[in-house]
Amino acid sequence: MNGRPSNGVPILRLGDVLVTGLLNELDDKSAVAFTDELTTRISTDGARGVLVDISRLEIIDSFVARTLMELTTMARLLGARVIVAGMRPPVAITLVELGLQLDGVETALNAELGMAALGWYQSAQPPQGGGRDTDR
Amino acid sequence: MLSSAEAAARRRISSALRAEADDIADRWVQLQLDRGALGKQVSEVELREEADDLVAALTSGLDSDIPVENLVATHQELRQAVSELSLRRARAGAPPTGTSLAVLYLKEALLEAVQRQTRDGDELFTSALLVNRLLDTAGALSFETYVEGREEIIRRQSRQLLEVSTPVVRLWRHVLAVPLIGTLDTARTQVVMENLLQAIQENEAQIAIIDITGVPTVDTAVAQHLLQTVNAVRLMGADCVISGIRPPIAQTIAQLGIDLSTILTRATLADALTAAVKLTEDSSAQADPRDAR
Repeated sequence: MNGRPSNGVPILRLGDVLVTGLLNELDDKSAVAFTDELTTRISTDGARGVLVDISRLEIIDSFVARTLMELTTMARLLGARVIVAGMRPPVAITLVELGLQLDGVETALNAELGMAALGWYQSAQPPQGGGRDTDR
Repeated sequence: MLSSAEAAARRRISSALRAEADDIADRWVQLQLDRGALGKQVSEVELREEADDLVAALTSGLDSDIPVENLVATHQELRQAVSELSLRRARAGAPPTGTSLAVLYLKEALLEAVQRQTRDGDELFTSALLVNRLLDTAGALSFETYVEGREEIIRRQSRQLLEVSTPVVRLWRHVLAVPLIGTLDTARTQVVMENLLQAIQENEAQIAIIDITGVPTVDTAVAQHLLQTVNAVRLMGADCVISGIRPPIAQTIAQLGIDLSTILTRATLADALTAAVKLTEDSSAQADPRDAR
């Protein structure tokens, strides 16, 4: 493992894509450790895509939202594209009501579609649909 | 002088209630049944239970030292007995006059009981006044509660209507549609958003078409709600197409200066479906050579 070991969230490398996720308890300290480790891994592994699965998150507050937006910017500076996958419906509604639109963050319905959007398939047969591809 | 007469009358009523609680309740039920004010919605057994409750509450209310005018409003048990009775009638669909009158019939039953206790004219008159003052407020409260009960039914129905009127249908593989009918207010938006996002997750939809053919007018508030929905859908990782924009609505939107430029819009649902299918096909076809980018 490169970087320092963080708060138990594994960062997996699949080809040139890093796969990771966020768990419910994300405080300032672990968020900093997480972005630290992820950025280190992006540069050492030469990753071109990062998939952050947030299907386990039941709440996204302004802090987590900012962390995600910053992460996207950092990764873009390092040459990687971040896709945030699996946001739950109540979370999306809350974010919209709070006025946090996660500008610049690309989203995907689930991890599979997110990986497809990053151009990564587990078989020759592409799954139906594919990912969202438009930059807003 | 008056107050001591009143106090005596109050004691008289109270003792009459205590002595003939069952008779009064019986008589009241009988009066309600005879005059048929309730229709057939309330059974005799229920009436009898209500009567017992109310008579007991009245007895304990008269024993307290709250003035009669405020008794129904402030005495917990009495207020509850009257409210429950009226609410039950409202839910059962009894007519409003009948509900109010039914409470007022209690006067008659009560005064007959007092009459059996005393023959003194003055005392009877004071008692009658007292009973009137007491039970008129009960009648008013009963009517108020009845209306509240009915309003609650109306609110519940409009809520149900809300859920029924915003279906999410699957049009194509990965394409959903929400035909919106009626004005889009905050509550509607909330329901639409919840249903839509849920359906997107379940169907793994890529595109959601929001059809506003049935929306009579689009003002800034409606547009705001539409944008909110689109943003939530995008956070989920899908995208939105808005269809069914009629020429007058297009004019309004342009004149109001509402910016929908970030959203794909089409005139008809058919056009939107074509666009949506094309978008989903594009993204799956394009996905393979994407590594080159």
